[in-house]
Amino acid sequence: MKLRLNQKNIPILATIAVFILIYMVGSIMYSGFFSLRVFTNLFIDNAFAGVIAVGMTFVIISGGIDLSVGSVVAFVGVLTAKLIHVYHVHPLAVMLIALLFGAVFGFSMGCLIHFFDLPPFLVTLVGYFLARGLAFLISLDAIPIKHPLVDKIVDFGIPLGFRAWLPAVGIIFIIIVLLGIYLSHFTKFGRNVYAIGGNEHSAILMGLPVGRTKVLVYTLNSALCALAGLVYSLYTLSGYPLACVGLELDVIAAVVIGGTLLAGGAGYVEGTLIGVLILGLIQTFITFQGTLSSWWTMIVIGILLFIFILLQRYLSSTSFTTKRQKIKKMVEIQSA
Amino acid sequence: MSAPRIINENFQRLLWPLVALGLILLFNFLFTPGFINLEIKDGHLFGSMIDILNRGAPVMLLSIGMTLVFATGGIDLSVGAVIAISGALAATIIRPDYVKGVLEYGELRPLLVVVSIPLIVSIIAGLWNGMLVAYVGIQPIIATLILMVAGRGIAQLITKGQIVVFIHEPFQFIGSGFLFGLPFPISIVLFMCAIAYFLTRKTALGMFIEAVGANPVASRFMGVRERWIKISVYMFCGLCSGIAGLIICADIKAADANNAGFLLELDAIASVIIGGTMWGGRYTILGSIIGTLIIQSLTTTILTRGIAPEITLVFKAVVIICVALVQSENFRQIFSSRLAKLKAR
Repeated sequence: MKLRLNQKNIPILATIAVFILIYMVGSIMYSGFFSLRVFTNLFIDNAFAGVIAVGMTFVIISGGIDLSVGSVVAFVGVLTAKLIHVYHVHPLAVMLIALLFGAVFGFSMGCLIHFFDLPPFLVTLVGYFLARGLAFLISLDAIPIKHPLVDKIVDFGIPLGFRAWLPAVGIIFIIIVLLGIYLSHFTKFGRNVYAIGGNEHSAILMGLPVGRTKVLVYTLNSALCALAGLVYSLYTLSGYPLACVGLELDVIAAVVIGGTLLAGGAGYVEGTLIGVLILGLIQTFITFQGTLSSWWTMIVIGILLFIFILLQRYLSSTSFTTKRQKIKKMVEIQSA
Repeated sequence: MSAPRIINENFQRLLWPLVALGLILLFNFLFTPGFINLEIKDGHLFGSMIDILNRGAPVMLLSIGMTLVFATGGIDLSVGAVIAISGALAATIIRPDYVKGVLEYGELRPLLVVVSIPLIVSIIAGLWNGMLVAYVGIQPIIATLILMVAGRGIAQLITKGQIVVFIHEPFQFIGSGFLFGLPFPISIVLFMCAIAYFLTRKTALGMFIEAVGANPVASRFMGVRERWIKISVYMFCGLCSGIAGLIICADIKAADANNAGFLLELDAIASVIIGGTMWGGRYTILGSIIGTLIIQSLTTTILTRGIAPEITLVFKAVVIICVALVQSENFRQIFSSRLAKLKAR
């Protein structure tokens, strides 16, 4: 079998190369960096960000953006903690409530975006304010989570050998990534999302259910955010209304570094997984280094973002997209 | 012939924001005791309404720059990070050895140096954004995201992650001084407003900006230097954020790279949208100022009511979505067709 180097695959190959490069440099420089334990920790520490990044990939492929994710995580965390700790609701019921809340929240944002033709960043900005405000409304302080069932879930894990094991949060992350890959490649919904992101106009003309798909994308994303909120509260065993401030930017950065085109229409959930792992790797690297301060994380992420966006820009100006953009521009001129 | 129509259009655009602001102020006149009181102490004006203007000054500055960026069909997410950078620079210029642990002040730096270097760096930050948008051709929301993520890191790099506190009388005047009885930040806002107004409304620049926003391709064919317009708009936005950063830094007499200007970009975007400027095309600076006033008076109202200030966010969300819905074409159509049906019955 001959491996064809498609131009569409270059961003994701570049992402994988960066991942391997950072990992190799880390392994050479620090003993203990190249171990199964460090590798599984990447999945555990970034589980909540990763779960959201899968949803965000769909949103960005469809040509939209969601700024509300960090706030929804914080809200769900506080809601879970309050319901379990203060009102003694059973955790399973709480999880159901949280996921339902996420779905309804995303559904309403999607409806506002689709039916009233409001820009996605504006609607999700409102979602950002609303969810964060509601989180403060529930509690201004951190609330601990203590329940036998929660402890059981936290203690559950699959031992992998070499002193490494995969706990529940890591398993959830991997399952969601697999689900995301399945959704994007093997379902009608996935195809529709790509079509809408490529060109919404032609998607409408083709008779695709544009409205339904768009609303579903935001519903899915917010539901995944709620799930990430649950993962986050399992990870920290508390709910805090100020948690995850700025998470939306990390997630968007992970998606972009993972090779998803920000203009929509192209990208892979697999790439997003690597993007999330790269962000985690940078953090691990800085922890291992010891003397570098935390702000270097932000600067390095910024530089990586810049390089990947430049790469995307260069590729899209040399590949098939130019023709499409030319047609798009012609349509714009004619309709104006 | 068309002049009255344009004035009328502008007025209509400002009508809903003004109604919202009026309602909030009316609520305060009726239910908040002492809200309308204006006192003169030592020749300075004091009162709740002056306080709203003063507290809102940084966001007003941001929204002036953001309005112009919006008009070209862009957005600048990096304003909060630029605020942090400019504040961090000003503080480290005043106390260069503080980050090394030296507590003594060196010589008193002249105000011109303390102010000009941060502002120049802010303009360069704007230039960077503008270049990415105009020459590299990245979508604005992403191009400015880079600086938004990296900028706060750079600000922390400058202050080495510490909160640099300082005393510098002339510089503090920017944040807490008084000019003609009014707090100095208000005068800065008025000045920048006037500059933006004369540059864009008394010259053809404003028309070019709107042309670039409405249809970049067509305006390039017509000979408008689209790229230069975009770059200069981002540079102006950078300058505005730099000044806002100086005000915030001078007001609290410290540079906090982590929290200075944090999430202010969202407030600025919200003000611009509430004010009636939509993406690409017609813009109104006055509208954005009114938008900021709505947000700030909401915050002040909530504070004086004794509600936890964090809950302001919920009110902000409600106000933004209401104003955006009223301005949405589809919403109006649905609403007016419902109304027509009711009348037909």
